[in-house]
Amino acid sequence: MILGQSRGGSHEATLTALPGIDTSSDCYNFVNNAWFCPAYLSDYRSELLVETWEHIWITVVSVLLGALMAYPLALLARRSPTVAAAVLGGSTILYTIPSLAMFSLMLIPPLPGISPWSVVIGLALYTLTILVRNMVAGLEAVPEEVRDAARGLGYGRLKLLLRIETPLAMPVIIAGLRVATVSTVALLTVGSILGYGGLGNLIRLGVQNDFRAQVLTASVLCVVLAVACDLVLLGVQRLVLPWQRG
Amino acid sequence: MDFAAVWDYLSDGANWSGSQGMGAYLVQQLLLTLTSVVAAAVVGLPVACWLGHIGRGGALAVNISNVGRAVPTFAVLVLLSLGPLGVGELGPYGRAGLATLVSLLLFALPPIVTNAYVGLREVDREIVDAARGMGMRGGQLFRSVELPLALPLMVTGLRLAVVQVWATATIAALVAGPGLGNVVTEGFASSNTPQVIAGALLIAAVAVVLELAMAVVEKAVAPVPADTRTGRATRPETPGGTG
Repeated sequence: MILGQSRGGSHEATLTALPGIDTSSDCYNFVNNAWFCPAYLSDYRSELLVETWEHIWITVVSVLLGALMAYPLALLARRSPTVAAAVLGGSTILYTIPSLAMFSLMLIPPLPGISPWSVVIGLALYTLTILVRNMVAGLEAVPEEVRDAARGLGYGRLKLLLRIETPLAMPVIIAGLRVATVSTVALLTVGSILGYGGLGNLIRLGVQNDFRAQVLTASVLCVVLAVACDLVLLGVQRLVLPWQRG
Repeated sequence: MDFAAVWDYLSDGANWSGSQGMGAYLVQQLLLTLTSVVAAAVVGLPVACWLGHIGRGGALAVNISNVGRAVPTFAVLVLLSLGPLGVGELGPYGRAGLATLVSLLLFALPPIVTNAYVGLREVDREIVDAARGMGMRGGQLFRSVELPLALPLMVTGLRLAVVQVWATATIAALVAGPGLGNVVTEGFASSNTPQVIAGALLIAAVAVVLELAMAVVEKAVAPVPADTRTGRATRPETPGGTG
């Protein structure tokens, strides 16, 4: 038994339901281990729903946490080229760390250890490299005349940042959020090393049990989820930035 | 868990020796990384250079990176090893060697192709026109003008590919495949936390060394110092994605 899988619940249920034990299906049993199996979708509906939900909430929380960390870092980076180099360099180094190692390093106290929060922290750190970069680029692309006009209208530094610069940087920031979200959905599967990999948990169990229908279904759902998240963010962009349309 | 135990694990020679030791896994994973990045460069660079030179296939060259980002490396590793490629031993590449190599190759291609293509397309059109005016044609234009100017971004692509492949190779262990990830998965299987952390530290340290080494190469091939190239410092980068 692997440490990360000792949390019971739906995972235990999946573990015992080996292909072959369920005789009601004709595409996964002792003799037939098909990749495509519609019966899998209905038989494993509850497992798929549980893991898809885990996948969604960990993705959303990770990207939000990443954005919350990236924004102040981007503001710091704007202050001086030295700070910018340190922030961008630091986030690039973090991005270099392989996900399996990143999640495993979360066992070091006081980090959360075997917990979904370890996956969240790791994924949030990965989003920094793209989010900080795009936030800095978006803020710096605001034309100087616009800033001057706002200052002329009596905007202070904070109001200028929140009311003028950040909204104008939004297209670039949302582009970064889309890239970060799509790669977060994919990377999250590796969280299965800690037992919190969303659909990756099903892929992991599928490989252990040589259960093809489960592996393919979970993999396809990951890609569908990534595309869906991308489209949702595209929709958000259209909604909050109507002037960008067309 | 204390750091002394991690240090003890790392400094014990017995943990480095033998076919299940960190030494063998390290060599195996470096070999996997090198083989697949070289193979991806051999396959991808000519295609990307040709597309970039003739200025076609931009959507393909860029979208391959978007697709590569959305597909979990873990899923591809599993699908290939459960599929026709199987989990057979492949010489020094170990169990599931072929499935692992093919997965790594697939994930090395997007950054290599996209960056080489973008590098060639970003060569100043006025420079290309000037070279044409001087009588340069096809191959000569490519060799003496486009290639040298695109080289830094090509190396960027290789750097991203190396980082991506190293990370993906680590995950192969989750599929009972080769590489250093085995140190981590074996540590989890035996509830040996110091081993998990020691393995993770080693994997992360080599990743950072590879990244820094490739960054040095990147600097070395830049024809113009990076800070004088417009917009380089803050240009939104689209990384290859950690596996």
